[in-house]
Amino acid sequence: MNVVLKNLTKIFPGRNRGDREVIAVKDFDLEIPDGKLVALLGPSGCGKSTILNLICGLETPSKGQIFFGERDITNVPPEQRGVGMVFQNYALYPHMTVRQNILFPLQNFKGRNRLPKEEMEKRALEAARLVKLDNLMSRKPGQMSGGQQQRAAIARALVKLPDLLLLDEPLSNLDARLRLETREEIRRIQKETNITTVFVTHDQEEALSISDMIVVMKAGVLMQLGKPQDVYDDPVNLFVAEFLGTPAINVFAGEVRDGKIMVGDDVIGDAPGIPSQPVDVGIRPEGFIPGGSSMHMRFKALEVMGRDMSIVSESGFSKAPTVRAIVSSSADAAPRDGVITFDIKPEKLYIFGKETGERIYTGRAARQASAVTDKLADSDGLAVPDDLAAPDGIAASADSADKVGGGAGEGGAQ
Amino acid sequence: MKKSNAKAWLYLLPAIIFLGIFMVYPLVDVVVYSLEEGYNFASQTYDGVGIYNFRYVLRDPYFIQALKNTFILVIITVPLSTGFALLISLALSSIRKLRELYQTVFFLPYVTNTLAVGLVFMILFDKTEYTDGLVNTFIRIFGGSSVDFIDGPYWAKMLVLCLYTIWIVLPFKILILTSALASVKQDYYNAAKVDGTPRLRVFTRITLPMISPMIFYLVITGFIGAFKAYSDAVALFGVDLNAQGMNTIVGYVYDMLYGNSGGYPSFASAAALILFAIVLSITCINLMVSRKIAL
Repeated sequence: MNVVLKNLTKIFPGRNRGDREVIAVKDFDLEIPDGKLVALLGPSGCGKSTILNLICGLETPSKGQIFFGERDITNVPPEQRGVGMVFQNYALYPHMTVRQNILFPLQNFKGRNRLPKEEMEKRALEAARLVKLDNLMSRKPGQMSGGQQQRAAIARALVKLPDLLLLDEPLSNLDARLRLETREEIRRIQKETNITTVFVTHDQEEALSISDMIVVMKAGVLMQLGKPQDVYDDPVNLFVAEFLGTPAINVFAGEVRDGKIMVGDDVIGDAPGIPSQPVDVGIRPEGFIPGGSSMHMRFKALEVMGRDMSIVSESGFSKAPTVRAIVSSSADAAPRDGVITFDIKPEKLYIFGKETGERIYTGRAARQASAVTDKLADSDGLAVPDDLAAPDGIAASADSADKVGGGAGEGGAQ
Repeated sequence: MKKSNAKAWLYLLPAIIFLGIFMVYPLVDVVVYSLEEGYNFASQTYDGVGIYNFRYVLRDPYFIQALKNTFILVIITVPLSTGFALLISLALSSIRKLRELYQTVFFLPYVTNTLAVGLVFMILFDKTEYTDGLVNTFIRIFGGSSVDFIDGPYWAKMLVLCLYTIWIVLPFKILILTSALASVKQDYYNAAKVDGTPRLRVFTRITLPMISPMIFYLVITGFIGAFKAYSDAVALFGVDLNAQGMNTIVGYVYDMLYGNSGGYPSFASAAALILFAIVLSITCINLMVSRKIAL
């Protein structure tokens, strides 16, 4: 079942008299394709959990509509939406065993929908087996690890065979190792059941690693959506570029002069056809080629991480105190007189409007963001079609961010 | 290790001394008194040692009456007050407007003096040769004949005592239960809502089990408190409770010590120990039941 959000807006009234109302979600358009794993990604307070609550019906939208397939469910109460929800802290009933917890949603069915007892037990056991908890059925939540609790919560959400599974920050309460395991589990369960799944996270690594599609949000507004790799490679603005990727993208105050990208006196790349103006220059950490000659920085430290190493340096033009470059550990990274020089890979180089933050240009032969959006609904593989590539002119990219939002809405209407 | 132990004991010493003088010693003394037969308060002498005091108390019609009154009081007021408190707390936690105001109103009886409340109850339920109290006026309006609740038939007096006790203990229970209800995380209710759980089922399967420790706490302390009732009866019926037939066990103990017929510490001690045995066994039963349900 695909899910379509149309013009969705949620405004919370101020808590006290005189407080300003909070716009949690603003004119949100999104189509979630059937059977996909979609991540809603954004910093805390950007409205991603609100969207989840709107989809499952715990909140009612101030404006806009929600469709499950063809069905408008905007004003349908949560219990009739057939949605499975996993809460951030799992909300497993502590006084019930895993078995009782998983059975609980089934026991709520009334009248015709009510299953015979053996059928309920069977379904509960199947759900438990799916999350590999069938040997812990008589445990109580307090007697299980965080990961097991998480899986029990997923089993409880899946036992009614919902058309849509919602996960609110599913990994945030787990330690680092469990997080890795559990995200694989979620991916596996989603693949096995083929249930349309939406999960909320503020952790970009989580989102990038397991989702078919990520939706990046900021302050209730959709910034960009697309396949994880596409969004990473083709951020529409500085916010998305900074939000995705660890270590984060390095941002410098620079300028475009005569079609050249300058940081200080260093010419680090070409930007053909871009009018001269001050800009923000973004360079991904993996975009530095040591031993080059175009960009000069003061060397600070070398952090060896085995396969790769991280060159930490300083630049007076950098927005952050240090600049981080990730290079292969075999690379020549010797500074001369405390200065290290790099060439910059054009496809890892972005320039953003100084005021707007919108991306003006990337050295990467980039596609338009809206093309990515349209491709999403029908392409399955992760292969990036390079033939779509076209140089990103200034006019085309200036409205590309708008197109992302609008494009999704149009896609939904079709 | 040794040294720190000594230090620990040193810190505990003041408490141990005070508890020893004012708790342990009297407790032991009560047992001693209860076993001394024919104890004379004036000469501080006794005839022998045995269980005569217990026999006497258990045969004393006043004690039997007090026992009966106390049991009726316990059996009626503890479940009713807990139930009402639960209903009121549920109502309080489901309203949003003026919640603080109502919480304050329901808590007011707790900070009001017992005797003042008793006085109000007396006036409410009063009937003299010349006037009827408010309650009797209402009974008359609805076509009944007025009843003397304070000085009349046993059931009427017991009714007033029970109502009074419930009224007195209600605020504390409401306070505890409202905070217990507030401590149940909204996520549980949200989860139940998404799963389409009917309201009654949410209450019986989620809310009730979650707040059950607090309910058990209230039931156990409620039992103990009701068994110790005395001042409530005094507030309503005055100090001569035996004549009124409204005495309680603690009232009986008091009367045996200081009342008009008093001066019998041995009988008082025996009665106190009987009360102790009753409270202890009831509490044990309570704990066993609560553990069984909790598991």
